Amino acid sequence: MIRRLFIANRGEIALRVIRTAKRLGMTTILGASAADAASLPAREADEVALVGPAPSAQSYLSVEAVIAAAKAAQADAIHPGYGFLSENAAFATAAAEAGIIFVGPDVASLHAMGDKLMARKVGIEAGLPVVPGGEAADKAAALARAQETGFPILLKAVSGGGGKGMKRVDAPEQLDTMIDMAMAEAQASFGDPRIYVERFIASGRHVEVQVLGDGETAIHLGTRDCSIQRRFQKLVEEAPAPALPDAARAEIEGAAVRLARHLHYRGAGTVEFLVDAETFDFFFLEMNARIQVEHPVTEAITGVDLIEQQLLVADGARLSLTQAMVQPSGHAIEVRINAEDADADFRPSPGTVTRAAWPAGPGIRVDTHMPSGGQVPPFYDSLIGKIIVSGATRADAVAKLSAALEATRIEGVSTTTPLHRRIATDPRFVKGGVDTRFFEGLA
Amino acid sequence: MSDLPLSPDDVAEIVALLDGGGYDRLDIRTTRFRLRVNRDGAGWTQDWDLSESDKPAAAVAAPVAVVVPEGLSGIAAPLPGTFYRAPSPGAPPFVEVGDTVGPDTVVGIVETMKLMNPVHAGTSGVIAAILGDNAVMVEKDSILMHVRAQ
Repeated sequence: MIRRLFIANRGEIALRVIRTAKRLGMTTILGASAADAASLPAREADEVALVGPAPSAQSYLSVEAVIAAAKAAQADAIHPGYGFLSENAAFATAAAEAGIIFVGPDVASLHAMGDKLMARKVGIEAGLPVVPGGEAADKAAALARAQETGFPILLKAVSGGGGKGMKRVDAPEQLDTMIDMAMAEAQASFGDPRIYVERFIASGRHVEVQVLGDGETAIHLGTRDCSIQRRFQKLVEEAPAPALPDAARAEIEGAAVRLARHLHYRGAGTVEFLVDAETFDFFFLEMNARIQVEHPVTEAITGVDLIEQQLLVADGARLSLTQAMVQPSGHAIEVRINAEDADADFRPSPGTVTRAAWPAGPGIRVDTHMPSGGQVPPFYDSLIGKIIVSGATRADAVAKLSAALEATRIEGVSTTTPLHRRIATDPRFVKGGVDTRFFEGLA
Repeated sequence: MSDLPLSPDDVAEIVALLDGGGYDRLDIRTTRFRLRVNRDGAGWTQDWDLSESDKPAAAVAAPVAVVVPEGLSGIAAPLPGTFYRAPSPGAPPFVEVGDTVGPDTVVGIVETMKLMNPVHAGTSGVIAAILGDNAVMVEKDSILMHVRAQ
């Protein structure tokens, strides 16, 4: 029985988890760094435990520091949020050894999805289609792979994420330098230089499926489309994925459930696919074994509180939802408001938010930890809030998004709000079903 | 620690009440918080201000001298963040006192939100003093080094 929940994260997701945990009657303990000890999540939590100084390597990313703080706080369970230690198998193992429930999948699932190459292998075992390609231990192997798949290709870091170590190669003569760069970036970012090769799908959409499992059975909660990205970082997400034929949607959802069942998956997870924007052929990319930043759009169309489901399953309950009970309706869109200057190459913009007037009203949800006068510390990522709008139709949601962004006033730091206003009125976005090249063509 | 005064659902209800009643603005100020709900064009905004007593504390930045002595120029931090004198732990510093630099010479790194931003000397001369210690928090525009023009 989870009575005392330790939240090993910060920012909006920490606040999000605290709200649901409190509603479920749990005592919440926020593991905060020194820079976040007086943040909004820290005010909202029942208790605050210091996990270390401001730099995340010594606080939010330190397995020892977080486990020690959770033990000292006599926590029954740890919710890792997203990022930081959320998919770290060593962390999940250390929690189990300390007698604390890790709110996430089994360690075996974390290992299976821990690197992209392993995920590919498990995906194939589960019968999912994958993008042609494979491991490239050295340049000769990479060249051989590239010749099998044909150019252009995409080089990806085996331990990758967030677009780091990812390089597009259009012709064989570029391969040599690009492999060096990809391996150097992979080593610097993830401490693992291994890369693999995939055929580059020119017009691809990023479609993902939310799944829930209890170890015995698994269900899906529909699709999300996250094709609007910059340098492989998501900017806008929506549910359900627009402009997708029903047959293709059903096949993609079915494949995601197949993978979750194959893994005997426990908890909330997201199965990511690359979908050809013209043929709707789809390929399994990877599974994120945690809650995602964009989970609220799924909550908006299904009415399911995904954090609650995570906590219930972690506590040993069977899924109370069946596939038939999940009836998505309407359309939801989320935009990420980052403290970045989109007009200066997305330069980070930490500092004091002198005014934070977030949108409000029916069909608008704001997940943020940032009040007027709040601080954006320079130590962590730049997400300061998410605006989620929902409507009966996609057109309703798009109109509501535009109005909400027009009303939003964040002052003191630069944010991506003006960029999102441009996206929300771009005819391609208004029409729906854009591919991952959308951002390059944004006026 | 205490609960936030109002939940998102409360705010949604307040907006619905105002909207139905034809009001444009609500401004509540208590000892603990101030909430302003405003009609803004077609939409509504919510603006939270938490009382000074328990307002989130600013990340503490190391005080770095901002006054540059006569005859010297300063190299300022381009962004707030963590200042590093070397490209990686254990590596030799980019520059030492006495080194000659040009405008494009990289003299350090400021890490801001997981991104590494190079600090350029911005001027030609000799490094006269290094004010920022390695791995300390610096504010934007704080002076990291002094340069004597040649």
